[in-house]
Amino acid sequence: MFDDFFIRALVAGIGIAFVAGPLGCFVVWRRLSYFGDTLAHSALLGVTIAYSLEFNIAVSIFLISSAIALILIQLQKKTNLPSDALLGLLAHSSLAVGLVVIGFLTFIRFDIMGLLFGDILAVNKKDLVTIWVGGALILLVLRLIWKPLFASTVNYELAQAEGLNPDRAKAVFTVLLAAIIAISIKLVGVLLITGMLIIPTAMARNLSDNPKKMVIFSIIGGLLSVFIGLFSSLEFNTPSGPSIIAAALVLFIFSLLKVKQTIQLKN
Amino acid sequence: MSIGNNILVKLNNVGFQQNQKWLVQGVSLQVEKGKIVTLIGPNGSGKSTTAKIALGLFKNIEGQVEKFTNNIGYVPQKISIDWTLPLRVRDFMLLTDNLTEDVIDEALSLTGVINLKDKSLGNLSGGEFQRVLLARAISKKPDLLVLDEPVQGVDFTGEIALYELIKEISEKLSCGILLISHDLHTVMSATDHVVCLNGHVCCSGSPKEVAKNSEYKALFGEQAAQTLSIYEHKHDHVHTNDGDIKKN
Repeated sequence: MFDDFFIRALVAGIGIAFVAGPLGCFVVWRRLSYFGDTLAHSALLGVTIAYSLEFNIAVSIFLISSAIALILIQLQKKTNLPSDALLGLLAHSSLAVGLVVIGFLTFIRFDIMGLLFGDILAVNKKDLVTIWVGGALILLVLRLIWKPLFASTVNYELAQAEGLNPDRAKAVFTVLLAAIIAISIKLVGVLLITGMLIIPTAMARNLSDNPKKMVIFSIIGGLLSVFIGLFSSLEFNTPSGPSIIAAALVLFIFSLLKVKQTIQLKN
Repeated sequence: MSIGNNILVKLNNVGFQQNQKWLVQGVSLQVEKGKIVTLIGPNGSGKSTTAKIALGLFKNIEGQVEKFTNNIGYVPQKISIDWTLPLRVRDFMLLTDNLTEDVIDEALSLTGVINLKDKSLGNLSGGEFQRVLLARAISKKPDLLVLDEPVQGVDFTGEIALYELIKEISEKLSCGILLISHDLHTVMSATDHVVCLNGHVCCSGSPKEVAKNSEYKALFGEQAAQTLSIYEHKHDHVHTNDGDIKKN
């Protein structure tokens, strides 16, 4: 059954949607969307390193993204630049360096469009294992740090005062973000992974009044986006990443109707 | 039983500085089981900072903090809930601990906000939110409660009731309470030990002792000293030799 490229892409997308939902909620709650973007941009550098050293792509992306996160934390401590400037600096310079390195690796044929925007044909059976095993691990770890992470998202001092360890939870969460980027790059692409994290979550926010509901709705939103996006990608021969994200956008726009209704009810 | 066994948190000559400025310095105090210690002092005198030091929220402090419990309930002075996070009162109650529905209901009933259980936190008034904060802190039946102006924004009658409740809780759970308050009247009746701060410890002792202290009078004015004494007087029905009291 996994011999069909479309089935493989679908199975990969379903796996990513399940992980992107809960992680995306924390990205939105903790205002980390630009941070996620920076990690994703650095993934391209990870891909080139993987190719030149003949190393596992997912592991390589994971390591590079984690390294970029560490560099960011150091720069935040040691410079007087605001965080958004540092994020921009790292995002664009790592993307640029990644593209320059690709230019040097003339002996390998890269599908740059595929790397940037995802490629429905690129998902192989090994990727499916990476996505589902990696995804399960990410969700398991997230479950373990949920309480301190959530509590410190609401209020850092409260969480710390009452004996949870918010700093550790934050560090682990950063690693989880690097991990989901690593497993979803083939399907969604470097430039659009953050969209997969944020847009279904934004839709879910419009429909929920409590955190659990928001997580569930963002998973459902992600799944619908994957289904609609991949079918239209197949139908119209569009790149898979943009198709999924565009589908998510349509769902988000529909969710705005619900927000309008609740506002009207309030008045 | 020796006193040593009852100590929940002990601050030994602690201080904290930020941007080369001491926020508070040379503070020693301890909170014991079943006792209420109140920090008073003007704005910027380091009350909240001292509470945060006791909670272990700062990394580079001077002096030592010894904590003998990890079961702590905290009501911070300021807390803002981001609208991006949809949160009902019932979700907030479960923030740091896994509580049963009954325990949550009990705590919310005690502070008089059980009717708000399914309301969104963002829609509460200041006083309602304060009651929810207090309910959350007491729901986990902590050994140590740190309350940073727990009744701010609560109406006058509610304020008295909540202070009564705080006192009741300290007796029922035999937990220690570190309380920060502006309200000299109400606080003093329930307090076992008062620490008067102004960047350092001005004076400390029982409410009565503190009220007589000249530094306290200098800080809050003669009027404050009187209100305090009057309260003691009414409450204890013990006539002191203080001439001012008799006039009233």
